[in-house]
Amino acid sequence: MSAPRRGDVVTLGPPGPEPTGLGRFGEFGGRFVPETLVPALEELEAEFRRAWMSPEFRLEYAELLAQYAGRPTPVTECHRLSDRLGVRVLLKREDLTHTGSHKINNVLGQALLTKRMGKQRVIAETGAGQHGVATATACALFGLDCIVFMGAVDVERQALNVFRMELLGAEVVPVTSGSATLKDAINDALRDWVASVQSTHYCIGSVVGPHPFPWMVREFQRIVGDEAREQTREILGGGDPDYVVACVGGGSNAMGTFAGFIDTDAALIGVEAGGRGLESGHHGASVSRGVPGALHGARSLYLQDEDGQILEAHSISAGLDYPGVGPEHAALAASGRAEYLSATDAEALEGFQLLSKTEGIVPALEPAHAIGWLMREAGHRVPTDSTVLVTLSGRGDKDAMQVSEMLAGDRKL
Amino acid sequence: MNLESTLRTARDSGRKLLVPYVTGGLGRGWLDVVRAVAAAGADAIEVGIPFSDPVMDGRTIQEASQRALEIGATPSSIIEELTALDAGVPIAVMTYYNPVHHMGHDRFAQRLAAAGIDAAIVPDLPLDELDGWADAADAADVETVLLAAPTTSDVRLQAICARSRGFVYGVALLGITGERKELGVEAGEMGRRLKAVTDLPVLLGLGISTPAQAREAAAAADGVIVGSALVRRLLEGGGPEGAAAFVTELREGLDAG
Ligand SMILES: Cc1ncc(COP(=O)(O)O)c(C=O)c1O
Repeated sequence: MSAPRRGDVVTLGPPGPEPTGLGRFGEFGGRFVPETLVPALEELEAEFRRAWMSPEFRLEYAELLAQYAGRPTPVTECHRLSDRLGVRVLLKREDLTHTGSHKINNVLGQALLTKRMGKQRVIAETGAGQHGVATATACALFGLDCIVFMGAVDVERQALNVFRMELLGAEVVPVTSGSATLKDAINDALRDWVASVQSTHYCIGSVVGPHPFPWMVREFQRIVGDEAREQTREILGGGDPDYVVACVGGGSNAMGTFAGFIDTDAALIGVEAGGRGLESGHHGASVSRGVPGALHGARSLYLQDEDGQILEAHSISAGLDYPGVGPEHAALAASGRAEYLSATDAEALEGFQLLSKTEGIVPALEPAHAIGWLMREAGHRVPTDSTVLVTLSGRGDKDAMQVSEMLAGDRKL
Repeated sequence: MNLESTLRTARDSGRKLLVPYVTGGLGRGWLDVVRAVAAAGADAIEVGIPFSDPVMDGRTIQEASQRALEIGATPSSIIEELTALDAGVPIAVMTYYNPVHHMGHDRFAQRLAAAGIDAAIVPDLPLDELDGWADAADAADVETVLLAAPTTSDVRLQAICARSRGFVYGVALLGITGERKELGVEAGEMGRRLKAVTDLPVLLGLGISTPAQAREAAAAADGVIVGSALVRRLLEGGGPEGAAAFVTELREGLDAG
């Protein structure tokens, strides 16, 4: 079988492993939610399991991915960047999907499920706005009502995406509670859902939340890794890359990528938001600096104080500004199968510019962290001449304004 | 007497039960509020341990939690202060699961017991995830009150009642805490469904805001929990007197039924 190419039909790989017990990945995961939501989660779990095994659902989903989202996305070899860094860099191009990020893969799956469950209203949280835009897009496509909760701080820094969501017919609700970022948007989405659960589907945007979300979202994102594995094998003449690198907010693009390589020898690296540096306390490095806890429905790793109060995260990129991480990542970190490192705000800005200048590809600030990390580690932790696959989870249009303002304020960059 | 026996005794004497909710650590005089509420006719008191991300709470209790955290309330400080309290009625703490998890099940349960706290309500710890905490709580003689919701199936309702201690908390609406103009249809329905399957005291809570609503809800159950309507008065500066006056009204409303 040849590797997937643009314009091909999309072929889904076999379903991946289910979590054990009640949504457990090792000691992480679970369903820590108010009783009101339990029946809806049980229904969703049953519906997803049925759908994911059903040839009709898989065909319908695969066709949407091909004809609407524009999959398969290519893997691009970065010649000039490779020369510059001394390692062979391949990019999985999720920036080329419709709406410009990997988020579309998940929402198309969840929108189909929403229809199957006979629900008409969809709510979602968003940080960078990419998941909100993707959800609004799928809702427009299927004629569903869409409400997106977005931290008031993020509404400011992602104004373009707010406009896109509204254009697509969604209502954007600015969230002012707490730190007014992604964590608080999830809180308000959950508060809405507790009241609206009988008519509403909560379309969570990452591999976080109560069972079955971390499992389901990983399955809807595994197309990224499944395609990339076959594509890199073709480029590399049969072998797998030495390193597979992806940025980690809640962890969906990384989990989707890792799912395709978990049974290979590739080293899996998740790059978290280092913010102003891990020592500064202003970061989003939940695996590196978090401790076990339960938030938003799952037992996982969270940034918290000594009393178990959740701390505010900090990142230059709204999509990584979350003080937790999906439970499967917590389990992969615990088992050692994946490693979680970080890149700072400044390194992400450098990655943002370097990829633009060397390859003509403007990355979103989130995957710019993965590029920034590789710039720092190429020739060090990542030995010269290694092959590295980086998931470029989204394109940088949404961040162009913010970055231009930051660069104008700091000419030396 | 623990929470359950206190509530059973009161109920069996023909009294409708009243359990007001107070956010712990909300102002320096919060223990005076608890005492005043007890003296004004509460059968037990629910003390909230503030958490940074209270997903079952509406604006009022969110704000109270945030204010309490800002002036330094912690799970340890609330438990510590409650040790010194003798309100004359049982105390149940209401806390989200993360602070419990963070302190550790055994340690949290033992500290509650050592402080003379009878019970715990952990709204984001449903039946399916209960075991670790409930085993620790049982061992320390802390009663764990479970919630039942309008969406809960009959089969689950039975299991929840079988595992709940102290009383069973019937969620009186689809939604989060906060005052409502009217009592929803879910309240009576929840009360009747629970009363049909359990002999435990059945209390309805969420959204119950006025003496008239309290009376109406209590008609379908053994009593009510009132939170946001009381906490709003505290946020507005009502203090122990304001709290006592409101609880007295609620008591009269229930007794008039
Ligand atoms: C382009 C892009 N990459 C990554 C992320 C982070 O999310 P996740 O870790 O779930 O992939 C986001 C979130 O908004 C995003 O927009």
